[in-house]
Amino acid sequence: MYATTYHRPTSVDEAAKLASEEAKYLSGGQTLLPTMKQRLAAPSDLIDLRHIDALKGITVEGGNVRIGAACTHSEIATSEAIKGVCPGFTYLAGHIGDPAVRHMGTIGGSIANNDPAADYPSALLALGATIRTNTRSLAAEDFFTGLFETALDEREMVTAVEFTAPDKSGYSKFRNPASRYAMTGVFVCKRSDGSVGVGVAGAGSDGAFRSPDMERALAGDFTPAALENISIDPSGLMSDMHASAEYRANLIKVMGKRAVQQAV
Amino acid sequence: MGVEGIGARVARKEDKRFITGKGRYTDDMVVVGMKHAHFVRSPYAHARIKSIDASAAARMPGVIGILNGKQLTEDGIGNIICGWMIHSKDGSPMNMGAWRPLAQDTVRYVGDAVAVVVADTKAQARDAAEAVVVDYEELPVVTDAVKAMQDGAPQLHPEAKNNLIFDWEIGDSAAVEEALKSAAHVTRMKILNNRLVPNPMEPRAALGIYDEAEDHYTCYTTSQNPHVARLVMSAFYNVAPENKLRVIAPDVGGGFGSKIYIYPEEIVCLWASKRTGVPVKWNSDRTEAFLSDAHGRDHVTEVELAFDENNNMTALKVDTIANLGAYMSLFSSSVPTYLYATLLSGQYRIPAIHGNVRTVYTNTAPVDAYRGAGRPEATYLLERIVETAARELNVEPAELRRQNFIREFPYQTPVIMCYDAGDYEASLEAAMKAADYRGFPARRDEAKSRGKLRGIGMSCYIEACGIAPSQAVGSLGAGVGLWESAEVRVNAVGTVEVLTGSHSHGQGHETTFAQLVNDRFGLPIDQVSIVHGDTDKVQMGMGTYGSRSGAVGMSAIVKALDKVEAKAKKIAAHLMEADESDIEISGGELKVKGTDKSVPWFQMALAAYTAHNLPEGMEPGLKEGAFYDPTNFTFPAGCYICEVEVDPETGKTEVVQFVAADDFGKIINPMIVEGQVHGGIAQGIGQALLEGTSYDPETGQLLTASYMDYTMPRADDLPSFNISTTETVCPGNPLGIKGCGEAGAIGSPPALMNAITDAIGNNDLTMPATPQKVWAALQG
Ligand SMILES: Cc1cc2nc3c(=O)[nH]c(=O)nc-3n(C[C@H](O)[C@H](O)[C@H](O)COP(=O)(O)OP(=O)(O)OC[C@H]3O[C@@H](n4cnc5c(N)ncnc54)[C@H](O)[C@@H]3O)c2cc1C
Repeated sequence: MYATTYHRPTSVDEAAKLASEEAKYLSGGQTLLPTMKQRLAAPSDLIDLRHIDALKGITVEGGNVRIGAACTHSEIATSEAIKGVCPGFTYLAGHIGDPAVRHMGTIGGSIANNDPAADYPSALLALGATIRTNTRSLAAEDFFTGLFETALDEREMVTAVEFTAPDKSGYSKFRNPASRYAMTGVFVCKRSDGSVGVGVAGAGSDGAFRSPDMERALAGDFTPAALENISIDPSGLMSDMHASAEYRANLIKVMGKRAVQQAV
Repeated sequence: MGVEGIGARVARKEDKRFITGKGRYTDDMVVVGMKHAHFVRSPYAHARIKSIDASAAARMPGVIGILNGKQLTEDGIGNIICGWMIHSKDGSPMNMGAWRPLAQDTVRYVGDAVAVVVADTKAQARDAAEAVVVDYEELPVVTDAVKAMQDGAPQLHPEAKNNLIFDWEIGDSAAVEEALKSAAHVTRMKILNNRLVPNPMEPRAALGIYDEAEDHYTCYTTSQNPHVARLVMSAFYNVAPENKLRVIAPDVGGGFGSKIYIYPEEIVCLWASKRTGVPVKWNSDRTEAFLSDAHGRDHVTEVELAFDENNNMTALKVDTIANLGAYMSLFSSSVPTYLYATLLSGQYRIPAIHGNVRTVYTNTAPVDAYRGAGRPEATYLLERIVETAARELNVEPAELRRQNFIREFPYQTPVIMCYDAGDYEASLEAAMKAADYRGFPARRDEAKSRGKLRGIGMSCYIEACGIAPSQAVGSLGAGVGLWESAEVRVNAVGTVEVLTGSHSHGQGHETTFAQLVNDRFGLPIDQVSIVHGDTDKVQMGMGTYGSRSGAVGMSAIVKALDKVEAKAKKIAAHLMEADESDIEISGGELKVKGTDKSVPWFQMALAAYTAHNLPEGMEPGLKEGAFYDPTNFTFPAGCYICEVEVDPETGKTEVVQFVAADDFGKIINPMIVEGQVHGGIAQGIGQALLEGTSYDPETGQLLTASYMDYTMPRADDLPSFNISTTETVCPGNPLGIKGCGEAGAIGSPPALMNAITDAIGNNDLTMPATPQKVWAALQG
């Protein structure tokens, strides 16, 4: 790690003022710190977001869920309030990394990083979530723009994630054997108007994506059987030493079926 | 057996300090004035070093010195050696290329050390290392051993044409060819044994301290054999003569073989300490460990197993290509030869065996012994082909094995080894019973109803431990003898110190070695201290690997205890005016048989040191040493049975049952033995299911250089192991011990692969059997 200057602001404004091209926001540090230790990142300043009240807390009012950016995966996984309205989401959070990672890593950090193998983006796309930043609101679909790419500009910070709870939700993840990130994860949800959202993590070569084919198939018949005859096109899927595009295509279908099976 | 004697399940004495974070490892050592080293490593797998410019780096904050290979050569530091000479079948000696501790002209793998920076802090050393400008001219790369032998392949060392180090053979080729011709059935396979990265929990580290006033060096290092390190650094690397070099291997957090060897870093730290005038500490980070620790395995083998019309094995033919990486590490030549091909007979009567082994240089990290060292490779190919043959011959795998078991001992195999004792039927029976082997079809059907493919596989392994008779290994090319030393010191108050040349880096010697003393004299193990790992304290020793600390290390202690006992009895007899043949020792007392006369142990010890009243002519004191040289290898053996369930939709394998029945001879501490078996099986399952080392074939970059891509076995990858032991006493050593350190890693991979291939009905599968590969195999 190169030397850096650590800051601990207590308000969003204070944090935003500290931001610069060379500085970086620090949340759980589960991605940023290992990158710094390997000297692949060298921010001049670290702006710790974990001590800002406005970024904390989970509220569920009726079907409206709001999760502060600094909430940890563990806080989300164990939130009875979220579980009550969207159990697929808490299940997803509970299957990120290992306990140490879940107690440190945050949803804000995860989506700002937009690792193609991260779990949340699939759910936020499927749910049609809104990402709030210190300057604006963005639909999830506009927020995630590519591999490790988001619509955030240099100094912008994620402050919260909001979505409307669906009637049913489920997540099924096939973990990369080594890293235990999603090698393929599929989040499904069914809304009260009968429409269906399907988000896929870990498989797309441009990052997480929605699967309109699977959404259509499930809209009429929200059962695993509805996906039986779907064929997933491997082109556009990632291929690496752990999983070929063909294998990932298979996993999308299998995880999709299992997510529907589990959805409650 | 007392509560702390031989056979007792004693909790490990050393664990208190380990589990409370109080262990003292090399990186915990801090000395006055100590500075930090960072190595400049090659980012290329093969390149010529055109120039090294350290001028800007030298001006950076905190930098004390930047040293390179040229200076190392000027100071006369020698090449890193391979300590086992192998001759090719044409009689020529192996073609060994030079390995400089700091590469001078050419780098040959990613991670090859080029220069070292010494600075006030670790971070400063690393900063400056980044500023060292090395101008490389890239050369073509080869990472695959088979490709490396082809004409036109990139050449690593001028000494080794077509990168061939040696072409060696064992056994009777003509007899094997004859038997293959007349065979009723021949099973043929191509077997790959995947390269593994050892990954001990504690990365390697070294602290070199040069004392100018005394012209003396001290080296703290993560070594499994500090005396061998001292010997080699003195005799071959010209770091310092032995009397001026002290090597200390304090607590060491796991080795698995990878800490046997003498690496560039400890040599360079010692040399750099003299050059710079400050103590120099280096601590590997995990990425460096992946890149530069000696790896294990990496074989490609064609194998044929012949049977007569009654399914009796008649011949085995093995042709292996072993990848030794960019340089020959200390024992690298012995692993794919004498530690491998001598075990090809397995548990079976095979009248004719021939093994041919070619070893090859490639642009990858050096390969050397890793838990099992050669024996896992032999067992894997044999147990995979026996299982495959059973399928082809349509006989039960257990029956085919049983029918061919060696049943009479001693048994001379066609490949050097002479097995001294064993009962393979007993471990097979024990394992089959424990696994409820006969109940498998019902379990398979039940799994099918849940959509899972269930398979069962077994492996009957044998291995050679307790290495080794010095004369025998000497005649086979070893540069060292493989005896062990011990010294037992009884203090004036009766407490005991045992000095041993074995080294504990997880094996629990502080407990088991003390149990020997308890068993002999009845002293609580708390009154017995084990001293190891310091060349100033223990005169000489050969260290710990090849499951030798029990069979060889403990045998040396037994010999020393014999001498202590004899003298103690003489003293006690004199004190009680009895005949020494009437003295017996138990419960911390020396008693006169059949009387109520006794002296407490401590009183006898005190008498030895006051010397007021000793037998005529006896020297004062009570301290005895012994060297023990084994007469044969020992031959642990056993049967492992594994059951898996494969998810056909994803290809994911779950190990649902794992049974091990091992014959380790006599057992000193069953709990420690179980721990060794658990760890070994975990590593074996790791090899078979999870751990794959992958180099980019074009660039030679290690693609699996972190835990993000290299899959270590985790607790939830493993079932609860069902383990037990059977016992045939080893006739070769006084305790009847065979050794248990490697069995788990040797026996488990074939059992697991046999189970998976059984489950999926496709035998064409290589380790690690990742979900992707199993799924692909299921697609046909
Ligand atoms: C061993 C391990 C296993 C893991 N497994 C998984 C897994 O299975 N699934 C998964 O999804 N993830 C996994 N992760 C990643 C983990 O979820 C991280 O927590 C997450 O990627 C980053 O969150 P963080 O809070 O740690 O962010 P940090 O590491 O602190 O920051 C990450 C990046 O986001 C920026 N940032 C942080 N907060 C904000 C903000 N509020 N606004 C704008 N930018 C911000 C930072 O500047 C930095 O660039 C794993 C990580 C580890 C170490």
